[in-house]
Amino acid sequence: MTKYEVEEDLPEAPIATTPSDVIHTSSWRTFRPVIDLKICTKCNVCWKFCPDDAVAFDGEGFPVIRLDYCKGCAICAEECKPKAITMVKEE
Amino acid sequence: MARLSIPAVELMRSGHSACPGCGATLVMRYMLKGLGERTIVTVPACCWTVIGTPFPTTALDVPMLDCAFEATGASISGLRAAADKMGLEDVTIVGFAGDGGTVDIGLQALSGMLERRTDGIYVMYDNEAYMNTGVQRSGATPEGAWTTTTPVDEFSRGKPEPKKDIMAIVAAHSPPYAATVNVAFPEDFVKKIAKAKAIKGPRFIHALAPCPPGWRYSSEKTIEVGRLATDTNMFPLYEIENGVYRISRKLGVAKPVAEYLKTQGRFAHLTAAEVAGIQAQVDARWKRLLALEGLA
Amino acid sequence: MVELVISGNYAQSYAAKLARVQVASAYPITPQTSIVEKIAEFVASGELQAEFIKVESEHSALQACISAAALGARTYTATSSQGLLLMHELLHWAAGARTPVVMGVVNRAVAPPWSIWTDHTDTMAQRDTGWIQFYGESNQEVLDTTLMAFRLAESVEVRLPAMVTEDAFYLSHTVEPVDIPSQEQVDAFLPPREQSSTLQVGTGMRLGSFTGPDLYMEFRHKIARAMARARDVFLEVEDDYARMTGRNHGGLLPTYKADDADTVLVTMGTATTTARGVVDAMRADGHRVGLAKLRTFRPFPTQELRDLASQVDRIGVLDRSFTFGAAGAAFTEVAGALYTGPHRPLLRDFVAGLGGRDVTEVTVREAFLDLLTRDAPESQWVELKSRQEAP
Repeated sequence: MTKYEVEEDLPEAPIATTPSDVIHTSSWRTFRPVIDLKICTKCNVCWKFCPDDAVAFDGEGFPVIRLDYCKGCAICAEECKPKAITMVKEE
Repeated sequence: MARLSIPAVELMRSGHSACPGCGATLVMRYMLKGLGERTIVTVPACCWTVIGTPFPTTALDVPMLDCAFEATGASISGLRAAADKMGLEDVTIVGFAGDGGTVDIGLQALSGMLERRTDGIYVMYDNEAYMNTGVQRSGATPEGAWTTTTPVDEFSRGKPEPKKDIMAIVAAHSPPYAATVNVAFPEDFVKKIAKAKAIKGPRFIHALAPCPPGWRYSSEKTIEVGRLATDTNMFPLYEIENGVYRISRKLGVAKPVAEYLKTQGRFAHLTAAEVAGIQAQVDARWKRLLALEGLA
Repeated sequence: MVELVISGNYAQSYAAKLARVQVASAYPITPQTSIVEKIAEFVASGELQAEFIKVESEHSALQACISAAALGARTYTATSSQGLLLMHELLHWAAGARTPVVMGVVNRAVAPPWSIWTDHTDTMAQRDTGWIQFYGESNQEVLDTTLMAFRLAESVEVRLPAMVTEDAFYLSHTVEPVDIPSQEQVDAFLPPREQSSTLQVGTGMRLGSFTGPDLYMEFRHKIARAMARARDVFLEVEDDYARMTGRNHGGLLPTYKADDADTVLVTMGTATTTARGVVDAMRADGHRVGLAKLRTFRPFPTQELRDLASQVDRIGVLDRSFTFGAAGAAFTEVAGALYTGPHRPLLRDFVAGLGGRDVTEVTVREAFLDLLTRDAPESQWVELKSRQEAP
């Protein structure tokens, strides 16, 4: 990622072009979602309602939490109908 | 894996600065899923100014243009005029503003954009207060809500005035399309966005964006709170297409507003009488909406 | 090339048309209205293929232009007085976003009391915004300078918005013969806008953004350097324009009989024309006087003023605005430029012509005579109606 430290590094106009996912918001969370794949029905609701786009899918279509970005808001745990997601305290 | 019920494409990136559980980010996320990548978003001062992350990063995969707080409507008009003059084909211009930046300080520019029939979409994400500056009341704050400028104490019971009806103000300009959407109903949301995209002329979307710190509820409840807003008729889902009203979701019997109000600390002080007063207003508005639908 | 007898306002409209402006947006205000009415006629007839956004306020007018320019269009707006004051927030925005908007401003006094007549308060209040500022003396100069402003503003070394001002009614509504260059000439002088720092569809980029104390200063310094470069770029642009039309209006600080003067009056706008006549008359009486016209207020002609100061004993500044608690705006800036330079002739401030009060030959002569015979640190309000004895 380009470093912007001095005037010469800056673009002439205030234009930002670096995608924000270089920023890891993992440190924000107190609790982390843990998905029990035995209960998960692959309904995609957790992916659908995540405000941080922190739910990806593995090769079998199961959701995988992107822990670099998850802020621990717990919407996924709340909305998961089968209750496959538990919020676990971060150490 | 079940088929995805909304488009898979993500045009909003992770790493953004929104609070955990933020409804406003879901508004942006669903809006961009509906509009696609040939979109330019203009954003005034609001939560999304900050959510979009500081220089040098940006949280959107489409061009974003910051504009002055009052001027979203004018910014949309300017972008559309330039796009047309420069021969840019198949580009959607969308303004993305908060409730305060729309119903209060931005009302004039919105009205101008609608009256001029600018070919653009105005999305107002409604977290019902000036949230970016710390939860001060706006014209869109509902009656009775606590905010920092409508506190609850001996001489103040939250906001005394009712919520400004922005859809009615927009409807008075006779746009080809206006609709309410709710992050708790993403399929309906994306469908309406895609529909708006295909229409030419000025289009307005009023999106409910529940806010954990401002409405005072625990972040995991954002979708639940949003759902209750619609199912109690506090925030009905409907469209106005060329003056014709069409309600998108009707429960046989709406849930009582008390169920919605009790989920949020900003309403915790309300007495039974005050809640009853709100119920009466909600019932009256719903009845009026049904009547408007009947005018078709 | 065609010669028409037109107002300063129409001179702006013709310049916008010749510049092939793509997006114009404006709100009516006396005495700017005929600028945009003429543009509306050009658009309606097809002579100008532009989108003309008829906004609901001046604040929206400039936002519309900024947003259009951010996408790459060539834009133009015009206003005056209260409208310019309403736009103030967006003036800062245009410069900060490095959008090369060009604006015509009809210099008009500010309310209250309401006044539709000329002074420079409105545009002086914008001198901190990062806009290039020109003060026009004649309708010809207004047309020529507006065309040059597009090229200067859009040049890659500058990328700053520019305003071309004209005194209300004296220029805006008074007709003069004006040579209008041909479209072919202007197309050669002013090619389509070079796209730099503009939004690109389909890319993740954000123009505006926000930043903390760690980088904000550096973004602002870029503007400072661009404005400094604007000085020399303007002189090159004017050279080019002169080659095309035969007209060179004299750069940042054109002078009149200043070379062998010991006393010079610095003037702005239409007062300059009147002052020239007084210079001639006083020269005939044996006074070695001259004048210097502050044509570009931004970038401020510091070097030219210091050169002038090295040749003369006395400089008077004829201000058509006043900063309460301080002095006339032009005087303040001249003083700032000279104090930090090697030569410090006697320097005095004369305030005249506020709210459209005529600056006549009597006014200018009074200022000159006072400058020649007296030294005083306070600003002298010339021909102020008062029962008190003037000091």
